[in-house]
Amino acid sequence: MSHDAVRRSIEAVWRIESAKLIAALTRVTRDVGIAEELAQDALVTALEQWPQQGVPDNPAAWLMAAAKHRAIDRLRRLQMQARKHEEIGRELEELERAMPDFDAGLDDDIGDDLLRLLFISCHPVLSTEARVALTLRLLGGLTTDEIARAFLVSEAAVAQRIVRAKRTLSEARVPFDLPPATELGERLGSVLEVVYLVFNEGYAATAGDDWMRPALCEEALRLGRVLTGLAPREPEVHGLVALMEIQASRTHARTAADGTPILLLEQNRARWDQLLIRRGLAALQHAEQLGGTLGPYALQAAIAACHARAAHAGDTDWERIAALYDALAQLTQSPVVELNRAVALAMAYGPAAGLELVDTLQSEAQLKNYHLLPSVRGDLLFKLGRLDEARTEFERAAAMTRNAREQRFLLGRAAACSETPSRLQ
Amino acid sequence: MNRYLCLGYYDEAKFEAMDKAELQALVSQCPPLDAELRATGRLQMVASLAASRDSVSLRPRGGRTQVIDGPYAEAKEVLGSFFIIEAADIAEAIAIASKHPAAQLGETVGWAVEIRPIEYCRALEQAAAA
Repeated sequence: MSHDAVRRSIEAVWRIESAKLIAALTRVTRDVGIAEELAQDALVTALEQWPQQGVPDNPAAWLMAAAKHRAIDRLRRLQMQARKHEEIGRELEELERAMPDFDAGLDDDIGDDLLRLLFISCHPVLSTEARVALTLRLLGGLTTDEIARAFLVSEAAVAQRIVRAKRTLSEARVPFDLPPATELGERLGSVLEVVYLVFNEGYAATAGDDWMRPALCEEALRLGRVLTGLAPREPEVHGLVALMEIQASRTHARTAADGTPILLLEQNRARWDQLLIRRGLAALQHAEQLGGTLGPYALQAAIAACHARAAHAGDTDWERIAALYDALAQLTQSPVVELNRAVALAMAYGPAAGLELVDTLQSEAQLKNYHLLPSVRGDLLFKLGRLDEARTEFERAAAMTRNAREQRFLLGRAAACSETPSRLQ
Repeated sequence: MNRYLCLGYYDEAKFEAMDKAELQALVSQCPPLDAELRATGRLQMVASLAASRDSVSLRPRGGRTQVIDGPYAEAKEVLGSFFIIEAADIAEAIAIASKHPAAQLGETVGWAVEIRPIEYCRALEQAAAA
């Protein structure tokens, strides 16, 4: 194998194995920071040895063994520091006897370890930014540089964020355990929020390198799928995965060759990824079968599913979508959801019905800087033939968005208001 | 992200000649490996195939479609399962597919996995309410 091929295969093994490695080591060392250092040390050893000795037959087991040796070395060093010289011999003997337990510890159920690691990375003692960075780092195997590029912040800032997060966890003595049943719902909510944040950061592109975007979506989707395996009885886990799968199915249809966004209803549905849609619909069905009222992720997935099931935009069941948004609005009390409900109402019952709801949202503080409010209002006014008002709204929306492509798109719509023949008015 | 079709092969005669205890010993080792494969979050679908004697092959012969019982290629090792994974590149596909039981077990019954990069993949039918 060429040097390059070995390096690529080390990177690949690291992406797939690092989370498992860190999770198992955290359980043994009880400190996620130390666990990550040990795993990194094992990676460095692999980078030194594999190019010369070749990639081992079972790279995952090799990395685990290397990390384990590091852990034992470290334990020995600690023992040496802590004990008087004459005691060292006896201590080492005891340690050797203790090692079989250590081995057994590392081979325990990997699934639970990953889940524990995910819960720790998304722990409420950490800020949201820290949760996202730590999750991508520990479970996604992303480098600080990759995380920095994805979120358009400096590498030093990300490194600092991760160091602080690990220190906070260590100081707060956060146990490497699954949360107690009383906290499970809330803690799981925090995990799902982080996963969806990562997905949206990749999907919505508010900032960052273009090429890092799909990687974030894929990583979130992967984490979500792993989570469904780890917590199969939680409907919202399936709901979130359903939502992400269906949204991801539109990736290739949502931008033109020059990068201009294409609205959902104008997308070429033949370019939607049917495999992802099917997975999404299956995950949604799973969430529904687990019973209870649908949570916010499952409801959003159910809405996305209405679009996914329609072979043509004209077949969309807008009445059902409006009803689902109604349920979602009651659950979340979010004006953004109300804005979406207005769009659905307009599609189901005509633009006037939508505009009526949009106009009640004008004073919402939360929507003050939200460019989709004037954008939606402009669209409804346009459909009602009130072109001058529509143009003003599109121009306002264009001035509010940070995304250059979206800005061009909105200015294009504003310009179209002037071009449209006056007989529509 | 690329997709890879992973083909699971086995020696059908040897596999069918296994006695119940041997078979049990082999398949009982599979679930943990399957769990590891799923835990990568990169597995898109898995399928297990009926015996190759149930295959039917279609071939154009003299301008007509000839229907022949049996697999396309006569071989001891036949296709027994397939799964689709997504991976950044072939190196990652190898790291993922290595977790499949057929990449680790069943040496005496000819288990093997072949990884084929998928160039183009699209399901044609609209998904019905799954």
